[in-house]
Parts: sequence; structure tokens; C-alpha cells
Amino acid sequence: MEQLLLLIFLPLVGALITAFSGKTAKIVSTVVSVVSLGLALFIACNFIPNSSTQFEANLPWIPDLGIRFHAGIDGISMLVVLLTNLLVPIIILSSYRHDYKNPAAFYALILFMQAGLLLVFTAMDAFLFYIGWEAALIPIYFICAFWGGKDRVRINMKFFVYTIAGSLFMLMGIIYLYLQNPAQNFDIQAFYALNLDSAQQGWIFWAFFIAFAIKMPIFPFHTWQPDTYTAAPTQGTMLLSGIMLKMGIYGVIRWLLPIVPTGVQDWSCLAMILSIIGIVYASLIAFTQKDAKRLVAYSSIAHVGLISAGIFALNQQGMQGAMIQMLSHGINVVGLFFVLDIIFSRLKTYKIEELGGIAKVAPQLAISFLIIVLGTVALPGTNGFIGEFLLLMGVYNYGIWAAAIAGLTIIFGAVYMLRMYQNVMLGKTNELTITFTDIKGTEKLVLYIICALIIILGVYPKPLLHLTEASVQHLLEQINQKLTSVK
Amino acid sequence: MNIIITISITAFIVLYAGLFKANKALLPLTVVGLLTALGFTLAAWNGNAVHFGMMQTDNFALAFSGVCIIGTLLIFLLTQNYFHAKSDNIAEYYTLILFALAGMIMMVSYKNMAMLFVGLEIMSVSLYILAGIRKRDFASNEASLKYFLMGAFSTGFLLFGITLIYGATGSFDLDKIQDYLIDSKSISPIFYPGVILMMIGLCFKVGAAPFHFWTPDVYEGSPTLITTFMSTVVKTAGFAAFLRLFAGAFAPLHDFYAVPLMVIVCLTLFIGNVTALFQKNFKRMLAYSSISHAGYMLFSLIVLTKNSENNVLVYAAAYTFASIIAFAVLILVKQKTGSDSFESFNGLGKKNPLIAISLTIAMLSLAGIPLTAGFIGKYLMFLNVMGDYHMILVAFAILNALIGFYYYFKVIVAMWFKDGAEIELSTPAQYKVVLLVSVAITLILGIYPAIILNLI
Repeated sequence: MEQLLLLIFLPLVGALITAFSGKTAKIVSTVVSVVSLGLALFIACNFIPNSSTQFEANLPWIPDLGIRFHAGIDGISMLVVLLTNLLVPIIILSSYRHDYKNPAAFYALILFMQAGLLLVFTAMDAFLFYIGWEAALIPIYFICAFWGGKDRVRINMKFFVYTIAGSLFMLMGIIYLYLQNPAQNFDIQAFYALNLDSAQQGWIFWAFFIAFAIKMPIFPFHTWQPDTYTAAPTQGTMLLSGIMLKMGIYGVIRWLLPIVPTGVQDWSCLAMILSIIGIVYASLIAFTQKDAKRLVAYSSIAHVGLISAGIFALNQQGMQGAMIQMLSHGINVVGLFFVLDIIFSRLKTYKIEELGGIAKVAPQLAISFLIIVLGTVALPGTNGFIGEFLLLMGVYNYGIWAAAIAGLTIIFGAVYMLRMYQNVMLGKTNELTITFTDIKGTEKLVLYIICALIIILGVYPKPLLHLTEASVQHLLEQINQKLTSVK
Repeated sequence: MNIIITISITAFIVLYAGLFKANKALLPLTVVGLLTALGFTLAAWNGNAVHFGMMQTDNFALAFSGVCIIGTLLIFLLTQNYFHAKSDNIAEYYTLILFALAGMIMMVSYKNMAMLFVGLEIMSVSLYILAGIRKRDFASNEASLKYFLMGAFSTGFLLFGITLIYGATGSFDLDKIQDYLIDSKSISPIFYPGVILMMIGLCFKVGAAPFHFWTPDVYEGSPTLITTFMSTVVKTAGFAAFLRLFAGAFAPLHDFYAVPLMVIVCLTLFIGNVTALFQKNFKRMLAYSSISHAGYMLFSLIVLTKNSENNVLVYAAAYTFASIIAFAVLILVKQKTGSDSFESFNGLGKKNPLIAISLTIAMLSLAGIPLTAGFIGKYLMFLNVMGDYHMILVAFAILNALIGFYYYFKVIVAMWFKDGAEIELSTPAQYKVVLLVSVAITLILGIYPAIILNLI
């Protein structure tokens, strides 16, 4: 229990210290995030990979309203907690090359967001989950709107209103569940045990699904995403795509599926269709992008589409694939955005056609970038492979046609990603790219860490699979049990 | 009783101190008087005393009195250099605000409808003068006249309603009226129009649509400090009076008044939010947004539960302290730039980060973001009406809350993300105290609301 409380509150305290640390904010925040990572690894080492909830903290918070500070870690949480605490130090390190104005505020907001994210990923109380959900949104709004690029104010207002619209309807759903709960609390186990008829489940499904779909984003709720990713500072984009997007996926797995399984069953066909449309649609748009950052943004929509298709297939493979892919996608997309940031900081452009031949002048960057791209297109031996393989298997078990269309994502992804790599890195150098200097210092460090993770997790994904297996199995059993009991 | 006596005596002492030109002593005297009144409020806690059958200092009355007194105290702290720059006769400001406060204490603790009327009039007459106290200023005069005409008109409605109810029940006493409603087999037909007329009269006072037309002009025209007072403390007292009647004495008639009230709530939310969205002036935006907050607070009367009254207390407290921050910063900005448009906030965050952070927290609270008091207030209101499954109403309120996010964030955007004149505000120490206290209350109520949830 103490470990978990420490895990959640360490970034929060760190954020406060960072906020008053002035010029040393970079160092302070790095130390805090590395210590958090160490703590997460410690917890992971002491985690027993079964389906139970461990390190549980259950303290009274607002007793009059039935709200408790109830958090815990099971296999599913463990994975995303690891991802969060792994990516935050990487993201902070990746910012070393920048001199942002007001660094104290910048790094404090990142750590504050980390605390919100950890709250989301460990909350066992719906109200606490909601608090974390919003607490993660506010800092990222300020990060993107303060340090972002052109037109950032308008774009981020759209992002903010969009996501908060979703979450307010989710709040309505949470209150509804609370009112149905005879125990008058927000406890997740009590919510799991609720007996709702299929009409109620349908409503709750939509209240939650829209919030999660906007966050991921799933077609047609994705319109905020490309602009926001493009206008955000690179660290903001990394936070959004690497971690924040997982809030939506995690929400579906943790809250949507087990609470309203009948609603999910009734609507999973539609959710599947939307996910698959998203895959194809985003891939097609990614083809036509001239701006590398937008291309990666759209590729992210396609990847998330596949993950959500795997989840709504409601079987072991799909779910496990989604878990693994959450982690892999987080690492890969952060790597991609980092490479683009390195290029942009030297050449001041994301336009693919203005680039080319960088590999000749920057071989180390070229190799790292290649590994990340291969990880993204799911080459066997990289971390992307096992996840996508399991996801497609899950979707195949759901329906062959779905798998056939969803499988296109691999082909599409390979085409646009490799074409981007080719146009940016290979070919002849031009007047602009000839000036390019190879990576050095923290750039090297960050890219090497990312590449190492891609290869290690690709070759030996078993510990991760092992970590989540029991919890995923338990979840599916729970869902099936509830479905049969309704019939 | 002690509370009203203390406040009234303080008012007279301050008036005489003004007569002898003891301007420096005014603020300390007032603060001491208010703190004493606050002490009496705390001392009477759980006492539930009835005074001459006219007033009842139950916990409801005491909790709302407490919020009103603390709010007034903070507003008094903002007076530093404010009145001095505007007028010679500053003792009148102090006295009138204190008289208004005495009226409000009656409004939150009446047991007899005659007391409601007396309290309301003491408060209103003081406010008519305060709104027009800058006598050479055109806008101030307009505000005063408008407020007076509208206020007199609405008092008429209220009195007419009281009369009809007296005709039906033969009593002004709230308990007797409630007994009449519960016991009598057939309720007299003149009782119903009485309820509606009183509802209209009180809606005028709290500025709920469609009886809200006076608010923006009056709020804009009055001196900003008086606007602060009117839109926070006065509004809180108005709601307490509303609640005492409708959640107390008229509760058995809930089915009858819930429908017109629902219409009023929807109109109030919609008109308040949509018009606030199009304001270019921060002060006017706050005025319209105060209309929309009145809408949220009325949620508690749509479904009556045992928590209705406490919910309003939480919401009113959250709204009062956030608004005091907003107005305090507005006064500082206006002193420097001479304007209260959104543009005058541009780039404020660069040179005055702490003030900008305070205002940001206030705006987040007014918008209802978690971990601020405003969220808890909105959450309680939603919870309250969802208890009776008014899903469409909640969905409508959510859409309105989204509009709210948009205009509250305008200020945040201006302060942090826009480039401006980069003025440095001169912040007197008392302003710092007020901002600090209000921000602390906003955050504490947002993070650990358990302390206020069971007061009433």
C-alpha cells in the first residue's frame, strides 16, 4: 500500500518541488522521474503475476459521498504503470536539447500529468478515476497551449472542449452507476456486480465509450488529434500519443467491458466497424501527407484502431495483443516523434519533400530511425510484431472479413512508413540536409534506450505476456460469466 | 440575534467614526465587528434557537451567515485605496455594506415571512444607494435607477405573494404554513398564485432568467467592489432565502412548483451561458455567468433531498470565493489599464505569475474542473437531479457547462498565451491576503470537501 501511495504522490510532490526550482528544473524533474521509474520497477519485481489486485490502498476520502481513495495494481495496471514511468524520464531527457521558456512550469506540468495518469491507471474507485482523468488533461492543455506552435490556442481549445465533453458524459454515466449501486459507493467491484438490463447497459456503454473513443481517438471522434499533435511541442505530442492515448484503451478494458458486457456485446459490432474504418481511413490519409509529423499522427490513429478492434473482439488473443501493443506503440511513437524533433530542430521543417539523404551525413540517426520504423511496421523481431500478430489473431477469431481488412494496416503501415523513411533518410542529400549533424549527447542516449527496448521486447516479450496473462484471462472470465448469467 | 445586533452596532460606530474623520480606523473597526459576529455565529452552532418567533438560528441559517460574513470580510479587505480614490465620504460605503449584511442575516434566518420582507428591504435599499454611490458617473446612476425600479417591482411581486399566502393560511409563520399544507384537506386556491408570485419575486432577486435583465447593466455600472458584493454575498443570501421557503415551508407543494422551476432553470442556464459567451468585457462576462450559476444552484430545488440545502451551501461557497478572486484581480488590472475588457488581461501571466495562477484557479473553479471547489458544487448538483433521473436536464446542463469552459478559458488564454503590454500590477498586501485565503478555500474544498458536506 505504501509503495503505491508513494508511486502516485512522488510525481505530485516532485511537481511542486520542480515548480519552485527555477533554472535547475530540468535536473530536478529528471531525478524525480528516474526515481519514479525505479519505484515502478521495484513494484513490478515484487508483483506476483496472477489476477489479484496488489499493493492495494483503500483509504476514506469523502465518506459522505461514498468516495474512497481506493487504488491497486493488477497485471493490466502494472503494464501501463510501467509504460508511464518508463516514458516520462525518456520524454524529459528528450527535452534536454530545448531551452523552453519557463522551464520550471514546463517540467512541473509534466510531472503533475504523470501523477494524474498514474491515478487513472491504478484507480479502483470510479470517482478517483474521473479525478485522475481530468487531472491529466489540465497539464497537457497548458503544455500544448503555452509551448506549442502556430495556431496553438484555437487548436488546443478544440482539443480541450472535445475531450472534456466526452468526460462529462462519462461522469454522468458514473453517477448513474453510483445511483444504481445499493452500497452507495464508487467501488469498481460493486460496479462489476451491478445487474443492469440491456437498455441501461446500452446507455452506459455510450456514455463511457464516447469519452474513451475521443481520447484514443477512434474514427469519427479523431478530428482534434492531427492538429493537436502537430501544434504541440514535441514533448507534448509524446505525452499525448505515448501515454495519454492509453488512458482511453485502459478505460475500455478496465471500466467499459466488465461493467456493461451486454452493452458491449450489443454494440461491439459497431465499435469494430468504427475501429476498422479508422484503420483504413487514417492509413489512406497518412499516404497523402507531406508533413512527416502529421503522417505519424495519422499512423497513430491507424494503430489505435487496430488495438481497439482487438479489444472489441473480446477474446484472449485480442486482449493480450492490445496490452502488448499499448506498450510497444507507446515506445515506438515516442521514438518517431523524437527523431522528427531532432530533424526539425536542425532543419526547421517537417516537409518530407524538402528532406532526403540524411542517412549519409548522420548514419547513427539513420540506424536508430530504421529500428524504430521497423518496430512501428511490426517486423518480426521487433516489439511491434508480437502485439500486432496477437491483435490480428484476435480479430480473425472475431471474423475473417474484419481480420482481412484490419490486416491491411500492416501493409499500409509498411508502405507509408518505409516511404517516409526512404524520402527523409535515403536518396541524395540536398542543400538543406547536407548541413545535418549526427546525433550526440542526450539524443544518443534517448534513441539508444528506445532502440534497445524495441529489440529486447521484440526478441523476448514473454515477461510482459506473463505479466498480463492472468489478469486478462480473469477479466474475460468475468465478462463471460456476467453475459451467461444475464441470459 | 447577537449577530444582527453586532453588525448593526458596528455599522453605527463606523458611521460616527466617519463623522469624526477617523478614516484610518474604519477598516479595523469593521474587521473587529465582523470577526465578533463570526464568533457569535460559531458559538450559536447547533443551538437552533428561535428568537421571538421571528427568526430561527438553525445550522442552515448559521452556515449561510458564516459564508456571507466571511465573504463580506474579504470584500472589505479589498477596499484598501479603492474607496479613497473615489470619494471623500468613505464611511458611508462601510456603513451601507454592513447594513446590507444585517439584512442578509435576516434573510437567511427568518422564520416569519414578515422578517423575510424586512431583511430583503434593508439589504435592497442599501444596495440601491451603493450601486449609485458614484454620483457623478452616468453608468453608476443608470445602474442604481435600474436596480431600484426592478427591485421595487420584484418586491411588489413578493409582497403580493405573501399577502395571498397569508389570506390562505392566516399566518406568516413558516412552520404554520407548512402545517397548513400538510394537514388541510383542500388547499385554498389563492395559495398557488401566492407561491408563483413569491417565486417570481425571489427569481428577480437572485437574477434567474427570464427575470435577469437588470443584472448585466447593474453589475457593469456599479463600482466593481459593489458588483463583487452583489454577485457573491448578496446572491448567496438570496438563495438561502429562496431555499428556506421552497425547500422548507413549501416543500409539500414540490410537485406543483417543480415544473415552472424547471423551465426557469433551463432558460437561466441557456441565456446565462450563451450571452456570456459573446461578451468582450470581463466584468459583463462575470455578470452573465453569474446568471448561469444561479441556474445550477436552482437544481437543488428541482429534486428535494435531505442534502439539497447543503449542496447549495457548497456551491454558493465555491462560487463566492472564486468570484472574489476574479473581481479582485479585475480591480487590480483596471487600476493599471483603465479597462475591463479581455484584452487588458493579455500577457498578465508573464510579469504577475502568482496573480495569474490565482485567477486561473478561480476560472477553473467557476468552470467546474476537478480538484477545485466548483467541481464539487457542480457534481453535487448533478448528483441531486440525477437522483430523480432527470437525464435530459443533466445532458442539457453538461452542454451548458461546455459553453462555460469556453468563455472562462478566454481569460486563461489571454493571460498566458497572448502577448500584451506586460504590465506589472501593484498588489497591496491586503489583496494578497484575500487572494491567498480564497485560493486556499477553493482548493481545500475541492480536494477535501468532507469538511463542508455535513454542515447543515
